[in-house]
Parts: sequence; C-alpha cells; structure tokens
Amino acid sequence: MSLKIVVLAKQVPDTRNVGKDAMTPEGTVNRAALPAIFNPEDLNALEQALRLKDQNPGSTVSILTMGPGRAADVIREGLFRGADNGYLLSDRAFAGADTLATSYALATAIQKIGMPDVILGGRQAIDGDTAQVGPQVAEKLGLTQITYAEEILKCADGKVTVRRHIDGGVEVVEGPLPIVITVNGSAATCRPRNAKLLLKYKRAMAPMEMPENLSYADEYTKKPYLTLTQWSTTDIDADLQQCGLSGSPTKVKNVENIVFQAKESKTLTASDNDIDGLMKELLANHTIG
Amino acid sequence: MNNVFVYCELEGSQVAEVSLELLTKGRKLANQLGVQLEAICAGYNLKEVGKQVFKFGVDKLHVFDAEGLFPYTSKPHTSILVNLFKQEKPQICLMGATVIGRDLGPRVSSALHSGLTADCTSLEIGSYDDKKSGKHYDNLLYQIRPAFGGNIVATIVNPENRPQMATVRSGVMKMEVLDENYKGETIIEDVAKFVPETDYVVKVIERHIEAAKNNLKGAPIIIAGGYGMGSKEGFDMLYDLAKEIHGEVGASRAAVDAGFAPHDLQIGQTGVTVRPKVYIACGISGAIQHVAGMKESGIIISINSDENAPINTIADYIINGTVEEVIPKMIKYYKQNSK
Repeated sequence: MSLKIVVLAKQVPDTRNVGKDAMTPEGTVNRAALPAIFNPEDLNALEQALRLKDQNPGSTVSILTMGPGRAADVIREGLFRGADNGYLLSDRAFAGADTLATSYALATAIQKIGMPDVILGGRQAIDGDTAQVGPQVAEKLGLTQITYAEEILKCADGKVTVRRHIDGGVEVVEGPLPIVITVNGSAATCRPRNAKLLLKYKRAMAPMEMPENLSYADEYTKKPYLTLTQWSTTDIDADLQQCGLSGSPTKVKNVENIVFQAKESKTLTASDNDIDGLMKELLANHTIG
Repeated sequence: MNNVFVYCELEGSQVAEVSLELLTKGRKLANQLGVQLEAICAGYNLKEVGKQVFKFGVDKLHVFDAEGLFPYTSKPHTSILVNLFKQEKPQICLMGATVIGRDLGPRVSSALHSGLTADCTSLEIGSYDDKKSGKHYDNLLYQIRPAFGGNIVATIVNPENRPQMATVRSGVMKMEVLDENYKGETIIEDVAKFVPETDYVVKVIERHIEAAKNNLKGAPIIIAGGYGMGSKEGFDMLYDLAKEIHGEVGASRAAVDAGFAPHDLQIGQTGVTVRPKVYIACGISGAIQHVAGMKESGIIISINSDENAPINTIADYIINGTVEEVIPKMIKYYKQNSK
C-alpha cells in the first residue's frame, strides 16, 4: 500500500552548543552567533518516514516547514536524504506564533496538501522543548496521535503499530491511519545524504530565495522540482486571526538573562593539600560520610 | 467556576508523585486567589484515590472510572478534560510535564484554544499590563520557565484565554500534606457523557514499566558530570567517587546529548530536579536550564578548569582544576580521612 507521508520539520538555532557570545550584553539572544540546524528529533522522524517509504513502494514523503526563506535549508536537507518534495510556509503574518498558532498554520497547510496517511514530526524542537506542536496539529485535524515513538513496527491494513517511550518503560500501541506520530531522540538516527540526490537537488530553491539575476535560470524551467513550493497565508486560506502573534494565547511578559546571586565561596586549587582539607572539612561537619 | 484544577496522573490506582506535588502548589495558588482546588483522576479501579489526594487540600475530586481509561491513551483523556472544562470553567489547570502530561496538555489546549506553557520551574500570581491593547489584568498565573536552551528565563502569561495551563516536571514543586483529615467532595462522573465510544481508537498491546534505576530525586549526595567530562569513559571516575561516598551520579543535558550518560540521569529543567545535601558539579558550566534543577542543593562544589564557569557563582566551594586531577584525589583523601 503506498502511503502519503508528511514530515513536520523545523529549522532551529543550535542551542546545544551555546558559547559565551550567545547572549548580547542587553540580555537578548544573539541569533547570529548560533548556527541554524535541522531540529534533531525531526531528523529521527524523517528516518521513520523514509523507512515507511522503503517498505511501501510508491509512497511519497513531503517536508513541511514554516519559517523565513533560509528555512528552505530544511527542505533541501530532506530532499538530499530521500524526501520527494517540500512546502515552505513563509509569511510575515506567521511571525511571533506560539505553539497553538504554529499548529494552526501547519494543520491548515496539511489540509491544503490533502490529508496524508501518516504525519510525522520530532517529539520537540530544541529551541523551545515544548513538545506541543505534534499533538496540537493532531487535535486540529481531528486525528489521534502517538507521541514519544521509538520505532514504527508495522504499518498495514490502515493501522500502525508503534513502540513508544513512556515514563519508566516502553509501550507498544496500535492506532488507526491517518495518524500523527512524534518521534523521540532515542529512535534510529537519520540516514546520511545520498550523493545522487545531493546533485539532483542542490540548486533547489524557494521562490523567495531566488536572486533577481538567477544563474542557470533555464534549469529551473526544465526541472520544475528545483522550485520548492512556497505558501503564504493567502495560499493556504488561513484565518489571519489565528496566525502569528494574534493567534497566540500565550504572551511573553518578560525575559530575563539570569544573573546568579553570588554566594560567599571558598576557592581551592587541585593541590593535594586543598583537596585533603576539603574532604576533612566535609567529613567533620557530616556533609558526607 | 474559576477554580484551580490539577490533572492527577495514575499508574494503576496509584496517583503519581508529580501530581501530589502539583496539588500542594495548586492549593497555595487557590488560597492566593480565594478559590477552590479541584482534582481530576481518570483511570480504572479508582475507589482508593480520594485517600491519596484529599489530604493535600482538595475540595472537589472528579473521578472518571472506566476500563478503557487505563492505560492512558490520548483521545479519551482529552475528551474528559475538554468537556469537564467547558462545564466547570477553571481558571488554572496544572499537569505533570511527564510523557502523559506532555501528550495530553497540548491536545486540550488546542481544543479549548487556551495557552499552555511547558516545563515551568516556578508558578506565581501577578498582574500584567498589555502594552499593545493598554489593558490591565490582575491575578494572572505567571508561568516561569527557562527558554532557548536554558539560557534565558521567560515569564509567560495567558491574559485572555482560560484555563491558564502549565506543565511542571516531577520534583520541581515540593509535596506537603496540608491536613490528614481534610474533607473534600468526591464526584463520580459518568464517563460515557464525556467520552464518545469513537475515542477508544488506540490499543495498548504491550506495556513494560520498570522501577527507576536510580534514586537521584531523593539522593543526599549527587555527583554530576557535564560536557567537560569529555567522554562516556570519563564518567567512570564519577561512579567510582559515588560508590565511595555513597552518592548518585547525575549529568547535565550537554553530557546526555553528547551520549556520555543515559537520559534518565539528566538534571535540570528538562530532566530531574534535585535538592541534595551536597552537589558536586564536575565539568559543568551551568546553563540556566541545569541550574534550575539543582540550585536548591545544600552545598555546591564546582570542579571546573574554567574559573569563569557560570556555575561557580552559586558554588560554595570552587575547585579550579581538571576533573581528572581532582576526582582521584577526592577519593584518596576521603578514604584516608574517613577511617
């Protein structure tokens, strides 16, 4: 059975390797100092999608992402690894969205694409760690969901069997298609780029990325797959009241760059004398031992 | 109407610790707001749950007892909360930032179009002025959490939508019994009125739960390793020290992400929150998201070759040195001095 699969992917700042220059002196995030990457768990989700495609010939895997023009990197990365096409949602009206407004936009775009059999995404994105968008997309589409998935064990006869992580253990569950599945970081890592696909798609671009004097312009006419689908709020018939800042019930009251309350502290060296003294002190006041 | 609700998570007929911690916090918030605290228990064979929750100051307990409600699946529990909230109109709903809470919370918030803040490390009541609309709001729930990989702390509010929803990790709030004899009312709800048959679509085929392999949450001594440990093998010396001084080993998120330590050892906002007597931070720089999970430790010892590591500002003892040098010496002198 061929499947129609959509992978929700997000381009995120790499918050895992934050250096000292990640924050400006004013306490705001210095985005320029953080490289933009494919959200790690979305790559785990892509792998599960590609496996489903391998097992079910004729299946298609589409990448759906929302963000500025450079977020098309996520689509290209997906194409290099075996996805068939991608959709970039990009519009000023999407800006400032919390998880609810984001899931509204994604769910609306999925309806425009046409209801898939399986919608996959990472459990959460590393810049927010909320794990909310997957379940909210499911709810908006009226679908059920399987979160924290580690492996899709079987997908046949309109049903999918999934092994998932739960607190303190594992669970195997079976749910009906169509379904939303969010994939945990403990799932299989994504396959690397494929050299042939890299050659095929390396010039793929969303219209908003194209410079005025496009080199190889005729190539884009000959190879329509090099022009990525780009949608605005109008293209997906989105209700502007539910997009971006106005569609977000949560508001950020304030953001603080926390300065730790300095404590009175003792500074020691790694010398034998200092460590000996420390252990004596900790033992004497029954802190340890 | 307008009360504070806590969704209580169940393993069999046992209410999860995180839910009891949230009842304790919920009681305080309800007192501040001058409203009642209500609890929701949805599962199977729940005759005994009242005994577990009322002593935390629960005024009303809604019990949903039906075979299909345990083990948890997304849709039936969503319908319970959505339909109950439409009827009861709570102003606040708290749930654990567990696998269940993080599966359920977003669905409910989507259905009710109410804001949800994940993994809060602090909850307070306060006012808010919306600069755009010029509106003033009193008695909102401040949902405070580290954000952006734990490098900043954000205070989130939901001015217009109800309930104001938040998830909180286990161990973040303290569990305190209010009154062993607290009297609350139990309401046995008719599950079929809340959950349509068509919601029971996901079948749990197999389920294995193991007791936690570590006791980080209750450990009096914790030795935690960070990215500075360099490798999985680097952690071995932390286990050696832990064995010697009867401590538990923990890890920072950076160390877990790098594969040096398993995920269940992660301390911080997105891991376990701990309050040990002694916390020995080894090669941990001290991102806010880590500090959020250990700042209430009694004595903090930081071993770091970078004397400007942020964690040093909250440490009682700062050891400027490499872990490779310091840890073996700690073991040596502990042995020597404890005889």
